[in-house]
Amino acid sequence: MKIAIPVDEKTLESNVCLSFGRAPYFLIYDVETKESTFIDNSAAASTGGAGIKAAQMIVDNKAGALLTPRLGANAAGVLEPAEVKIYKTTAASAKENIEAFAAGKLSLLDETHAGFRGRGSN
Amino acid sequence: MRIAVLSGKGGTGKTLVTVNLAAVSKESVYIDCDVEEPNGHLFFKPEGVHEEEVSVKIPEVDDELCNGCRKCVDFCNFNALARIQNKLIIFDDVCHSCGGCVLVCPEKALAEKEKVIGRIQKGVSDQVSIYTGILNPGEASGVPIVKKLLAEGDSEIAKPIFIDCPPGSACITMESIKDADYCILVAEPTLFGVHNLNMVYELVRLLERPFGVVLNKCLEEENPAEKFCLEKDIKILGRIPFENELGILNSDAEIVANKSNRYRKIFSSLLDAVIKEVSHAATSDS
Repeated sequence: MKIAIPVDEKTLESNVCLSFGRAPYFLIYDVETKESTFIDNSAAASTGGAGIKAAQMIVDNKAGALLTPRLGANAAGVLEPAEVKIYKTTAASAKENIEAFAAGKLSLLDETHAGFRGRGSN
Repeated sequence: MRIAVLSGKGGTGKTLVTVNLAAVSKESVYIDCDVEEPNGHLFFKPEGVHEEEVSVKIPEVDDELCNGCRKCVDFCNFNALARIQNKLIIFDDVCHSCGGCVLVCPEKALAEKEKVIGRIQKGVSDQVSIYTGILNPGEASGVPIVKKLLAEGDSEIAKPIFIDCPPGSACITMESIKDADYCILVAEPTLFGVHNLNMVYELVRLLERPFGVVLNKCLEEENPAEKFCLEKDIKILGRIPFENELGILNSDAEIVANKSNRYRKIFSSLLDAVIKEVSHAATSDS
């Protein structure tokens, strides 16, 4: 299975990005092959609806799980029907969270925030 | 003649100024564009109120016709569409009703449907026509309601039109002052008031609207908002005192100009000052 993590830099040691929709990159990590791929988040510069577009990218990259500190309601509205499991990160770096995930130590994210819904742009 | 009254935050006295200017103008139009919290009608208590719904168009998909090409998803600048598990998801709140997705769909799988976001009310109070915009709670943008209000109000363009704007300097305020012949900025005599005044000052300059300031809640002591106007060479149109009597009348939803001669004089002179400025602005425009 592949997992996705919003990251600030293109390294495994990078910090997890606090924003999902506006993260500069996503790390797509294959749990079986231990292969990492970094993709540019083209949604980061969106006028609005960044979370929706970013979530579409996660689904298109066939990630089965997303590890993130927070998530907006709209992004959840894309990930949930796609059956992407959403886990809450516990540590600062992507690497530590991957290890925690592999050890079964991460719990599911139980709440989403209302998001910004393109406010300030309409 | 369209006069818009605005301020950087709520509670500075936009409604006080707008309502009383409309009242002393006799035959006039009052338009409440503060669609999230319209309160001008509380003062005017309009009669013969007629109501109309305001809708926007949002896309609706026919799953049978959609072939998953994603042209609509890629087209939408606001990312209001996603395609998941062979199904198109539409986020109504994010949609800006541009209709572009419907145009780009090669399968004609998208159509537009009406979504009610609020309503407008029209009524009469003495010689003033009252227009009120009401946005339904939870809706993202009141801009379509403001557009409808101003278009309706234009049917009475022969009379002076007073526009009570939403607080702040966001899109909805820009929409409210877009076609105004003159803008009145209402300011409080505090440093915070100056900060808020500066927000709308920058906005009217950006939109190149002629403007002046009304200093509200004036006390004997130093007025930072007045100092700001002097520094920036901004026209001060009038001053409203900070008084118990005015506060009590206003919070009892009375139109102060109709209750006290002194207040009537303040707003009549303010109206004269505004009319003088508008005609001046019109001459310098041509």
